[in-house]
Amino acid sequence: MSDAAPRILRAERVSRHYAMGSAVIRAVDEVSLEVGAGEFVALLGSSGSGKSTLLNLMGGLDRPTSGAMVVAGRDLATLGAEELARYRRHSVGMIFQSFNLVPRMTVEENLELPLRLAEVERGERRARVEEALDRVGLQARLRHRPSELSGGEQQRVAIARALVNRPTILLADEPTGNLDSRTGTEILTLIEEINRASGTTVVLVTHEEARADRIAKRKIFLADGRLVEERKPN
Amino acid sequence: MKTYDLVELASRNLRESVLRNSLTTLGIAVGVASLVAMLSLGIGLQQLANRRLEHSGLFDSVLVFTPRGPEGFGPRRAASPAEPRRLDESARQEISRIAGVAEAYPEIRVPTEVRYNGKPFRTVVEGLPPSAAESAAMEGIQGHFFSKPDAAEAILQADFAKELDPDTARLRGRPLTLVYAESVSIGNFPPGRSPTGAAAAGRSPRSDRGEPAGFSVLRKEATLTIVGVTESQPNAGFERFGRARIFVPLDLAEKMIPPQISALLDSPVRQPAPPAQAGSAGRPTDGPLYATLIVRVADVKNIEPVENAIKRMGFSTFSLQDATRNLRQFFAVLDLFLGIFGSLALAVASLGIINTLVMAILERRREIGILKALGASDRDVKGLFFAEAGVMGLVGGAAGVALGWAIGHTINLGANIYLQRQNLPSQTIWLVPWWLVVGAIAFSLVVSLLAGLYPASRAARLDPAQTLKYE
Repeated sequence: MSDAAPRILRAERVSRHYAMGSAVIRAVDEVSLEVGAGEFVALLGSSGSGKSTLLNLMGGLDRPTSGAMVVAGRDLATLGAEELARYRRHSVGMIFQSFNLVPRMTVEENLELPLRLAEVERGERRARVEEALDRVGLQARLRHRPSELSGGEQQRVAIARALVNRPTILLADEPTGNLDSRTGTEILTLIEEINRASGTTVVLVTHEEARADRIAKRKIFLADGRLVEERKPN
Repeated sequence: MKTYDLVELASRNLRESVLRNSLTTLGIAVGVASLVAMLSLGIGLQQLANRRLEHSGLFDSVLVFTPRGPEGFGPRRAASPAEPRRLDESARQEISRIAGVAEAYPEIRVPTEVRYNGKPFRTVVEGLPPSAAESAAMEGIQGHFFSKPDAAEAILQADFAKELDPDTARLRGRPLTLVYAESVSIGNFPPGRSPTGAAAAGRSPRSDRGEPAGFSVLRKEATLTIVGVTESQPNAGFERFGRARIFVPLDLAEKMIPPQISALLDSPVRQPAPPAQAGSAGRPTDGPLYATLIVRVADVKNIEPVENAIKRMGFSTFSLQDATRNLRQFFAVLDLFLGIFGSLALAVASLGIINTLVMAILERRREIGILKALGASDRDVKGLFFAEAGVMGLVGGAAGVALGWAIGHTINLGANIYLQRQNLPSQTIWLVPWWLVVGAIAFSLVVSLLAGLYPASRAARLDPAQTLKYE
């Protein structure tokens, strides 16, 4: 964590265990880390290292089995279901490898979903949708369905949707995994721009260290659910 | 999420799988339609029966008579401590004032000889109040009802009319002569005198002493114009003196006061005036005594209280109240069963809703996960599925009412074509009151929401991290 920035996220011995029959899977095992406000952190590790599970815990999609996940002073582990939903709605935006757009809805309708959930007035929604699309450079695709867009465009829509409620943290789970190399680079450049321009904290899950080296300020390595190393980019 | 957004999103979701959701909604519509058709048939039949019975004058009438019995032949009730109240004009006025009473009029039946075209016929004449114009018996009348309450007009019963002239249409406007006996009170005549023109006299022994005496019978004649011929007979269920076959206005009939046996027995014999007041003050009554009063109530429901009020006045009563109670009970049971059978189809339709929504959850697992990742609470997800069930219920309910209405309308149409072929007047067999429309749609909504309970809570319980894991 950079010394200048105040801390926005802190994991304290966070674990997430799953019972599978009689065996216990330790997807995340006693991980402690801190992320500063406006920081760009990359979570690295091989498949099954627990990086996506850790990201879900940060995003309030999942709850830790033990430990604390403190975001902006509140421990997500202690929040009720309703409060956790509010956290997901307002404080955090998530993007995924598979974009996770609702295929039967247009770009505009997809972007409107978080605004509906946040009970944003109808009149304001349109402006917020256009503002978000403007940031990802896709104003012309308002009425298109996801299937009519390229992979890169779909991920841009997903980013716009994640940002439409103006969250303070953007969590990206392998956002380039389904994209070709050039498009992947464009997406990461976009995320970097967002981080730089609006000071949105970014936690990026990836298994490509070279990409992380290019844009992340800090790299955190996970293996078998444990934090094994933390270092600055090469 | 706001309700408006919830409904909008739900409607949008339903439009996606148009065929499946339309079929489910159609299932609900058929269920509601069967419920509406069944219940409206029950309601229609009940109203039809009520209407017929109310018009028949059988169920909205109470017969009132002095406790000895309407004819006066019954045994005297020795146990009765007080003198029985007189069934006269003042009693009639008092009964008329009882809450719920539409009218009270005397039942007047006069045995007469009728002359038509110079030929004599023997029959009974009955007085009809103006309200009888509304009765079922007057529905199929050939000609018209009495033009005035005291018009010198007569309506003939159809069989009797055929005796007078096989071609009954020719009877209208023709004169008819009634020959009848009128009773005239001969009270307060000096001993040994009787009114002039008396053809016969019934006298009590006391008349020799100058006290209220009895009556005399005069032969009278009246010429009436035939204005109508009717198939059925008003108050047919209450006839006791044999069928009346000529009907005249009640006011006219009241003037043809027949010798009343009850009058002979009751007065003045049983109400002797104190000797000191013998004279005008000792007159037993100011008007005629009635053998029977017919009391019509405004609403069949009032029969019982009215009957009880009249009994408290000291009269005996008779009504077909028990018969109507049984009839109401029958229709309540009929409606219940029709409702149950109608609801069965809706119950089956609700299974369709559950099935459709559970399928939708399986298909939309990922979408539910996305919604949750975007900040939807369990309540939002539950609300969305609930709203989808509700929209299907509402649309299905409205379509079902329309369908049920169409089915009922067809039944009505078919039944009336049949009735017409049988030369019977058309009837409304099937009736959809507004409360059934509102009730059926509301019921459909409630059933659909109940059906949505399980799928909605199942959708809300989905773990977003798990659902988003599947590629």
